[in-house]
Amino acid sequence: MDLEAISKEAAELVANATDMVELDKVRVEFLGKKGKLTELLKGLGKLSAEERPAAGEQINKAKQGVQQLIHERSELLRRQELDAKLGQERVDVTLPGRGKASGGLHPVSRTIERIESFFAELGFSVKQGPEIEDAFHNFDALNIPADHPARANHDTFYFNPDLMLRTQTSGVQIRTMEMQKPPIRIISPGRVYRNDYDQTHTPMFHQVEGLMVDKNVSFADLKGILSDFVRNFFEEDLEVRFRPSYFPFTEPSAEMDVRTSSGKWLEVLGCGMVHPNVLRAVNIDPEIYTGFAFGMGIERLTMRRYEVNDLRAFFENDLRFLKQFN
Amino acid sequence: MKFSEKWLREWVNPAISTEQLSEQLSMAGLEVDGIEAVAPEFSGVVVGEVVDCGQHPDADKLRVTKVNVGGDELLDIVCGAPNCRLGLKVVVAVVGAVLPGDFKIKKAKLRGQPSHGMLCSASELGLSDDHDGIIELPLDAPIGQDIREYLQLDDVSIEVDLTPNRADCLGIKGLAREVGVLNQLPVQSVAVEPVPAQITHKRGIVLQAQQACPRYLGRVIENVDMQAKTPTWMKERLRRSGVRSIDPVVDVTNYVLLELGHPMHAFDNDVLQGEVQVRLAKDKEKLVLLDGQEVELADNTLVIADEHKALAMAGIFGGEHSGVTAQTKHIFLESAFFAPDAIKGRARQYGLHTDASHRYERGVDYKLQREAMERATALLLSIVGGQAGPVVEAVSEAHLPAERQVTLQRANLDRLIGIHIDTDKVTDIFQRLGLNVQQGQESWTVDVPSYRFDIAIAEDLIEEVARVYGYHNIPPAAPSASLQMSKHQERNTPLMLMKQRLVSLGYQEAITYSFVDPKVQKSLYPDLNALELPHPISVEMSSMRLSLWPGLLQAVSYNQKRQQSQVALFETGLRFLPDANEAAGVSQQAVIGGVLAGIRQTEHWDMTTAAVDFFDIKAAVEALIATAAAPDEFSFKAVEHSALHPGQAAAVYRNGKQIGLLGAIHPQFEKELKLNGRTYVFELELDALSERRIPQAKEISRYPANRRDIALLVKDSHTVADILACIEKFGGNQLVGLNLFDLYRGKGIAEGYKSLAISLTLQDPARTLEEHEIQAVVERILAALSEQFEASLRD
Repeated sequence: MDLEAISKEAAELVANATDMVELDKVRVEFLGKKGKLTELLKGLGKLSAEERPAAGEQINKAKQGVQQLIHERSELLRRQELDAKLGQERVDVTLPGRGKASGGLHPVSRTIERIESFFAELGFSVKQGPEIEDAFHNFDALNIPADHPARANHDTFYFNPDLMLRTQTSGVQIRTMEMQKPPIRIISPGRVYRNDYDQTHTPMFHQVEGLMVDKNVSFADLKGILSDFVRNFFEEDLEVRFRPSYFPFTEPSAEMDVRTSSGKWLEVLGCGMVHPNVLRAVNIDPEIYTGFAFGMGIERLTMRRYEVNDLRAFFENDLRFLKQFN
Repeated sequence: MKFSEKWLREWVNPAISTEQLSEQLSMAGLEVDGIEAVAPEFSGVVVGEVVDCGQHPDADKLRVTKVNVGGDELLDIVCGAPNCRLGLKVVVAVVGAVLPGDFKIKKAKLRGQPSHGMLCSASELGLSDDHDGIIELPLDAPIGQDIREYLQLDDVSIEVDLTPNRADCLGIKGLAREVGVLNQLPVQSVAVEPVPAQITHKRGIVLQAQQACPRYLGRVIENVDMQAKTPTWMKERLRRSGVRSIDPVVDVTNYVLLELGHPMHAFDNDVLQGEVQVRLAKDKEKLVLLDGQEVELADNTLVIADEHKALAMAGIFGGEHSGVTAQTKHIFLESAFFAPDAIKGRARQYGLHTDASHRYERGVDYKLQREAMERATALLLSIVGGQAGPVVEAVSEAHLPAERQVTLQRANLDRLIGIHIDTDKVTDIFQRLGLNVQQGQESWTVDVPSYRFDIAIAEDLIEEVARVYGYHNIPPAAPSASLQMSKHQERNTPLMLMKQRLVSLGYQEAITYSFVDPKVQKSLYPDLNALELPHPISVEMSSMRLSLWPGLLQAVSYNQKRQQSQVALFETGLRFLPDANEAAGVSQQAVIGGVLAGIRQTEHWDMTTAAVDFFDIKAAVEALIATAAAPDEFSFKAVEHSALHPGQAAAVYRNGKQIGLLGAIHPQFEKELKLNGRTYVFELELDALSERRIPQAKEISRYPANRRDIALLVKDSHTVADILACIEKFGGNQLVGLNLFDLYRGKGIAEGYKSLAISLTLQDPARTLEEHEIQAVVERILAALSEQFEASLRD
């Protein structure tokens, strides 16, 4: 058989090989130890020394040609095989993943966490206090003596005249100042209780108390920090106003309102400069130190922020409500 | 305090709109709560006079009248009101009038008689719900005048929600003073002239409790006509202030209360015997109040008494016995100053709250008594007639509030407000407030007027300056503070980390009330006495929670009723455990708790689902524990608990101290708690988890690890924890991994036994372990297990 015919035959067989096994058979048939081209090389010895180089070169060239064809074919087959395998492994990527859906935090916690992080940036640390509180910390030390009309406004849940569910987080101010001397920067989120239950009142709700006592803390500072806070909280350039008000433990006192989308003012917090009687009660000299305090209703902020319409939803713990905040 | 805008504007009339006035009041600290029109819209209603009044020929209850409304002709009007009579000045809705509710007046015939208009009652004009008859106007009412104009109905009632410190604004006089200050306008007060005595009758007054009542004025007025009617203008002002008209005497005292902010009281002079005494009640002294209620007085309560008995609760409420009635002929009028400390809390002590007590406990101007007395006398004489006696004043000057001076230092003003307000401006603010001020070099000294009980210290003056200057005129600033890093401790486990672990496990955070249903709590904790609220919102919210479980279980039931098949909730908060060692008899412990019910996970295309069980809730507990420390600090032990399933309850220990519980709610409570199926709970003390271990890294071995699996057969009564602990102990340092990977009971295993498949991982930090060494460790473990648990290798 001549070289050309062998090459042609090999090319045909390679092209017709449909898998690696068949292709390997072709390789053996032509390039194996007893392969057709190998045999031809073996036959070179029978040629004359003059003829040998040229013939050898031709056979080798043919051999390389076949090798190249086999290589190409093998690459192709391999690729096809892989493609077929991958094709079989195709999944519907839109099917839900395996595992459990996460739960989530309560919207009130979410708000508290945001408030804590804003104030932490300014060096306010978080303090906690008891919820069953004595008259001293809930009232007396806050400059609200017995029989003060402000006590009547609190709808207090009393256990006895000296023990009650705290009506405000302000008692934590006192507990902090009893333990710590200025400079003081704290906030204290937590539950508070009032004996009132209707569309807009629940007997338990949450407040965040804030307190800063240092040299030269002023009302202008209070306005600055709280204006910054609400604008950060609502992420809007809200219009705010400070309206004179009255709290026995601050003087001057103010309430802060924010303008709602309907144009009405919504009261969001009460604040003021710590009353000198309060500072004196915890042995801080009001001639040296001044401070501001504020207290805000967390549910009210949360309602405005997330468009919750019914205050009571916060304590019903309906999963359909809660999961909206996940 | 609710008042008529027009009334206020008679005293001071700034050129600003109602809305601006309201805004101004709010921004001055007198928060406006509401503004409402004093009358609804209507038109075509005028003053008329009944000039002819006859019986309707065909209807007993109707009258046929001719009414003069000032036009060319008299109007024929049929009227059904019983008080319709000849000569009456009436309110006439003429043909074409539109009354509230879009009620149009047309020509009509009533039982055959023509009627060209309507005589109106107060309710038909939307002024009150008084249906008693048509409005009777004063005889001098000008015929034909539009009634809106005549009664000044284009007016609003403004409700201000006054803070307790501003008692001085609980009357038109005080409000006008404030509005005058804010607008820099003079105030036109009502001229009060002394009413000279026309008779000499008087009644002696004895102040027995001079501290509580340092000033008491009394005056006898004889021969009053209780049949007289309160004039329309006064009734209207009372109505617009939210006060009901009762009789002329009460109306006048209420009018003075609203006008001057000074409470008054009138007694039936014929009932009083001897001198009037102002004294403290005797203990358990009885008094029947004006509303008929009998109270037993405490000896801290001030009373007005005669020689025999208590007549009224001073500054709070009158007595029925001595009250003015329709038959009263002579009255004794009181105008007194009662000290706030003597009144504070007293009304509340008897469950009372009156206009008088509201003012006296906040502070009534102690120089206003005579003015109030003269004003009330003059008004009374003009309505009910009679003759006034001389004013008798009993006073103890020494017990009146002391004249006060307060000094404000410039430096303190600037420091507290944060800006510098010009000296002249500050002085001007004080002057406008009616405070007599002396301006010093760097200070102001101010005489506190008798009506400002809220000004006692420099800070009170600072508030006045800031308020009148305008809080909005104080620019916000950024506070300065030294940038000192606060103390941080990595060993404090962040609560948020624990919460997030539970969230990752699919738990939803809940917030339940701290007070729960005592019935539920008593079932779950029969041996504990929870703290009870004496005056709860409802019985179901009256018991302070002993754990988070009652609230969480209620939330489970709430959600199951709403078709939620998978409920996983957690909460953090305080529980309130009775504890005699605590000051309040209760220990307030922060805990984290959870509840789990229903299916393990939502039905899934590739996973099977099942009802949750003990080991699902245990996974939550393990996740929480892992935030704090290595698991070896913790252990679980079976426990008996009243609330829990006896076979599925565990106590959690940290280093030998119990820190919490978990388990299945005892099935016997499922019905009572309205739970659908098995419900699992846990609760851990946060304090016990608050300290976490700081990691200390060990070197990782570079030599191969060897796994050996053993299958043990042991009695069911041995716990896995004990067996694993034994393996750990005998495995030594080279045992680096230990895992129970199968548990089997049933076919092939004898009753009362279980098979445990455990993998052991052995590794040395410094070299490759030889097979014989590995074998030795395994043998040592097996020998120990065999000895301690009679464990054998399963074939």
